[in-house]
Amino acid sequence: MAHSLDVSGSCPDHLLLDRRRLLQGGLASLALWSFMPGAANAQGRDPRLLVVVLRGGLDGLSLAAPVGDPAYAALRGPIALSRSGANAGLPLDDLFVLSPAMGFLHALYLKREALIVHAAASPYRGRSHFDGQDVLESGLAGVGRADSGWLNRALLAIPRAGAADTRGLGIGAIVPLVMRGSAPVLSWLPRTVDRPLRAATVERLADLYAASDPALARAFAEGMALERMSEGGEPAGRARASGARPHKAFIETSEAAARFLSAADGPRIGALSYEGWDTHANEGAATGQLANRLAGLDLALSTFATGMGAAWAETVVVVVTEFGRTARVNGTNGTDHGTATAALVLGGRVKGGRVVADWPGLGERQLFEGRDLAPTLDLRAVLKGILADHLGLTAMALRDAVFPASGDALPMRDLIA
Amino acid sequence: MTNDAPAIATRRFGLGARPGDVGRIRADPRGYVASQIGDREIARLENADLAPSHTTIVEVIGARQRVRAARRDVPAPTAATPQPPGAATALSPAAQAAPTIPAEPMPGATDGAPAMSPADRPGRLIQAAMIAEAEARIRRAVATEAPFVERLVMFWSNHFAAAARKGNVRAIAGAYEREAIRPHVFGRFADMLLAVARHPAMLIYLDNQGSIGPNSRAGTRRGRGLNENLARELLELHTLGVDGGYTQADVAALARLLTGWTFGGPERPAGEAGRFWFAANRHEPGPHRLLGREYRQGATGGEQALADLAGHPSTARHVATKLAAHFVASPPPPTLVARLERRFRETDGDLAALSLDLVSAPEAWAAPAKKMLPPYDFLVSLSRGLAIEVPPRQIMRFSVALGQPMWDPPSPKGWPDDDDAWMAPAALRERLRIAEVAAARIPPGSDPRAAARDLLGAALSPATAEAVARAESARQGYELLILSPDLQRR
Repeated sequence: MAHSLDVSGSCPDHLLLDRRRLLQGGLASLALWSFMPGAANAQGRDPRLLVVVLRGGLDGLSLAAPVGDPAYAALRGPIALSRSGANAGLPLDDLFVLSPAMGFLHALYLKREALIVHAAASPYRGRSHFDGQDVLESGLAGVGRADSGWLNRALLAIPRAGAADTRGLGIGAIVPLVMRGSAPVLSWLPRTVDRPLRAATVERLADLYAASDPALARAFAEGMALERMSEGGEPAGRARASGARPHKAFIETSEAAARFLSAADGPRIGALSYEGWDTHANEGAATGQLANRLAGLDLALSTFATGMGAAWAETVVVVVTEFGRTARVNGTNGTDHGTATAALVLGGRVKGGRVVADWPGLGERQLFEGRDLAPTLDLRAVLKGILADHLGLTAMALRDAVFPASGDALPMRDLIA
Repeated sequence: MTNDAPAIATRRFGLGARPGDVGRIRADPRGYVASQIGDREIARLENADLAPSHTTIVEVIGARQRVRAARRDVPAPTAATPQPPGAATALSPAAQAAPTIPAEPMPGATDGAPAMSPADRPGRLIQAAMIAEAEARIRRAVATEAPFVERLVMFWSNHFAAAARKGNVRAIAGAYEREAIRPHVFGRFADMLLAVARHPAMLIYLDNQGSIGPNSRAGTRRGRGLNENLARELLELHTLGVDGGYTQADVAALARLLTGWTFGGPERPAGEAGRFWFAANRHEPGPHRLLGREYRQGATGGEQALADLAGHPSTARHVATKLAAHFVASPPPPTLVARLERRFRETDGDLAALSLDLVSAPEAWAAPAKKMLPPYDFLVSLSRGLAIEVPPRQIMRFSVALGQPMWDPPSPKGWPDDDDAWMAPAALRERLRIAEVAAARIPPGSDPRAAARDLLGAALSPATAEAVARAESARQGYELLILSPDLQRR
């Protein structure tokens, strides 16, 4: 006998398909941890940190373009930005302009709440997305089988004023490596069906897992904690009507991140990832594919900053990617996998208004392996500086637990006010 | 958790038992799995609603061109007129065959010009093709008597992932699986690799359709050149593996060998439109040196290079590792990997022989059930096991909601294969919500205790048996059974 499984009426088909695909299809995901809800840390502050991972290899030379480098325009050809004209960027300093798609970021830069790190790279020197992301997220010195991410290990090392609650929260069906680890991670997904779970079943299932499967028991307990947390309404469950369609996933996740991180008793640390930076073809310059993506990122950052409200003053956002792209435009008006790239640090606690770079130059002999922007800054030094000065991690914890074998990458101590 | 041969046969090497399956195969579970191997016809999937990719891609590209033309209020391009500006392909008749990929086409988008009938809008064409393909695949998965064959199709489709999210891939992602994967699951790895590398879905997904030899006729005229995306992933993901012993120079060499590998646009003659097409005027003059061997220029040079990659020892190790990790455990038992690797080399990548070795391996029948079912497999097995009909569209929707939209992994690497990859807390929570919906539809009088014994046989764990038996209602018993570790892992 066949019985139809009918849940219609909960959500129109097309809406569900579109929105859910964007949210869980991997275009974007969000993870957050809470610790010390409603309490200040040892320094009397209540700092927030959001880490944004851009997957696919962001072209740093198009995000912050070194138009003052004599080799830049020729290398980049049709995708080059310039100081003036049709592909004019937004002025940063004598060397760099910012992609014109990032108006919000530029305004923050002028307010000295945003800085750009350039010619930076993780220790990874290959050109595989997947190994590159593993090194970036694991915090290890090289490729290897990693079970935990640096942000998760950092969470365990944060000095706390009192009893800490290290429950976390995330969005997405697959937990990204940067947040995996022994500090528990919750995750959040919109409900598949608009109906409450029945307490009696929940209790019995928890007992069954407890008796037979510890990993499922833990995941289920976290899922149920999350269910209780969101009883008052699903953050980010409703798509905003405004906003271009490709940007919707970015906006939804950043809205959710802000709602959780700004709440008085909410989580304080989150990680977010956005897909779609692998611009092998038709990358564009002031307009085009990459500019569209950057506009989405800019909108996500402004949505997040606005949503944080007064807590923005206690916030740091760091935006990183696994590697940069070739210095030369390729045969299809795009760029292939490269090495060093740019990263962003923004927020109310950032000493912004500057580009932090030891610029290697783009001359033929200056390029890494004759093709990529050469790395002159270890991204781990930037991350260690933020974790030290924003969250109070000790140098020892950073060197031994969070970023093992990173002794050469000394924390940059002038990023946080 | 304990395991048992009939449960392994139906779960590790299947899509979950249907009522009665475990009892039927109890006498010879290994033979039941092995008997599914080898019949190439059984892997095929065809019906009247499913169009070949060359038809669909030509329709979709044609519809996009009409939209662009209507927006500019100029006549639609035909074979005799150049493409509109912005298509960036009007350098030669050859280059016209490579359609420009719009950045973010979404299904059902209102991308039609007012003059077009809704059914002809590119978004509608794409969505209709996607739904027809997904429904056919789901119906096959739920009803099949040879579920191991479907699992193999899913494995290879994921190994050679071409994600729907990129450009027009969504329109032909299902057809790609039927055309490039299914015919070869019991054939040779080298043949599957070649079919994949020549398919429009892969050529679009990894950007090879626009890759032009810098010193080719088209390249010198327009100063365009290489795109190394496909070449890199062919080496890193499809054949040798990331540690397989290649360099950046090899990536570039393979990219040069594959220049001109594209497909015909709507303006090409019927036999070429939408099909693989070697555009000689974009091909980089050779010879090309890849992994220490020299290859002549031309389509055969690329074919020979792919054949050599398929036969490379690193490919044998890479494929053996992935196969064992997917079906048995991650990380996989080294003895099993070694045996599969040897078989791959001995048989020159005979996938029927490899599959038979996999299901004959003692490790595969001894390893505990630790792999959490991916969302799609969970939904299909739910439908198979409970004798309730879950409409294919619902499986599509729930797959999306649980984080695994069909044919749309987040990257060329495909879906993750870690044992616990699909254990995110909220996703588990949503599995329970779906189980509640499903259990509410089971006919009154059904007995979850009997269902548990029927679906799991001797593999039913005492803890689950007890939880189901003590449930306060049959419905709750089914909910606990569906979410039990016994049915969530394999």
